[in-house]
Amino acid sequence: MRYVDEFRDPLLARQLLDRIAQRMRSPSLKARLPVRIMEVCGGHTHSIFRYGLESLLPEGIELIHGPGCPVCVLPRERVDDCLAIAAQPDVIFATFGDAMRVPGTQKSLQQARSEGLDIRMVYSPLDALELARKNPSRRIVFFGLGFETTMPSTALTLKQAADEGVSNFFLLCHHITIVPTLKALLDDGDVALDGFIGPGHVSMVIGLEPYAFIARQFQKPFIVSGFEPLDILQSILILLEQLANTEARVENQYTRVVQPAGNRQAQAAVAEVFELRERFVWRGLGEIEHSGVRIRPAYAAFDAERVFDLPAGRGEQGEDVHCGQVLKGLLHPHQCPLFGKVCTPSTPIGALMVSSEGACSACYQYKRTEVL
Amino acid sequence: MCLGVPGQIIAIDDSDRSVAIVEVSSVRRRINLACVLNDAQPPESLVGGWVLVHVGFAMNLIDADEARKTLELLSELQSFADEQGMQEAGIDEIR
Repeated sequence: MRYVDEFRDPLLARQLLDRIAQRMRSPSLKARLPVRIMEVCGGHTHSIFRYGLESLLPEGIELIHGPGCPVCVLPRERVDDCLAIAAQPDVIFATFGDAMRVPGTQKSLQQARSEGLDIRMVYSPLDALELARKNPSRRIVFFGLGFETTMPSTALTLKQAADEGVSNFFLLCHHITIVPTLKALLDDGDVALDGFIGPGHVSMVIGLEPYAFIARQFQKPFIVSGFEPLDILQSILILLEQLANTEARVENQYTRVVQPAGNRQAQAAVAEVFELRERFVWRGLGEIEHSGVRIRPAYAAFDAERVFDLPAGRGEQGEDVHCGQVLKGLLHPHQCPLFGKVCTPSTPIGALMVSSEGACSACYQYKRTEVL
Repeated sequence: MCLGVPGQIIAIDDSDRSVAIVEVSSVRRRINLACVLNDAQPPESLVGGWVLVHVGFAMNLIDADEARKTLELLSELQSFADEQGMQEAGIDEIR
């Protein structure tokens, strides 16, 4: 077993689709069509478009692409912060490839690199730490972003830097946390949803309990799912079965990777290094309470927010209005007036067009002929 | 961003730093095991096992039994679906 191809078996996918179609014919579901399901995670969005799952599903199921793509919710002012730090002559600025093309107010990190700033793409935060060891006369700033999936790796890297006394390594922390944003979406009430496909890799870190309120308080089924086509289809089936039985529970489809309590070692590393921010700005969604983390005072010496002067000024940009609507599922990507015309993966205006996990980029890449 | 890829632990590279050689999509990489180690288990005991790899870290062990169970459940769906289909058709006829 290699844990990939087995979960892409076309025959089993066909059987699942038949079963989904059959379930959709049950009277209790017929009475509530369309069934609107939000997949929270950008990884799911990517798989759904890549395998064309939307077009294979029976009529009456609508997939809403949620806010779980960290690059897509990165405010342009935060990119400006990165650029201000990268402009310091002694700095090597390092981050994941995904963050390179996100437009700032004026430019992206990639553009700044082509203009001569020392900005490097790394695969892992540990690669950035290695840069610090190899370049003792430079300050290495790692821009850490992502949800709980990525937080432990940044936390462990920072702990390693502290243990080894690497004093030229800094972290600009832009880690965000998905649960408060789901709560804000549900509280908002703008989006009519029947249930969620939950983020498998965030859940392998945080476990299942943090979602309990979604089932209890909002009566929405929440199915934590793997990322292969069979995983997603099975999760949709489980969700429909809950709806048909008027149940709302947190259920784990991704049992091969996600344990109910999550990963305790990862949680401990995160808790040691990070603490919740009062509020944090998400591009397209605005400020959300407790939706981000910052570095604890014990690790202040590594905190780029304290060590470097960052430009002031925060505000929502006009052209992101549509992005916010897409993020909330109020607008389909191709309904945005900029989609595929001025905003494309090679010239992204909104961040949803930047990452292959952004709803707009995935839609453009895999559905182009159908939509345009 | 939250992309994770299954990989198989081939060897322990540096016990002190919890680093292993892991084969991910046919490429061998140095991967940090800190999140999948506990005091009761020496790193060597994980060799041969599969982990979910994300940005240079093994984030969880992959449970082979659970993977098998999921696939078995999916394989059983067809016979179950046939049965249900017949039952539903039967009900329609009576109506």
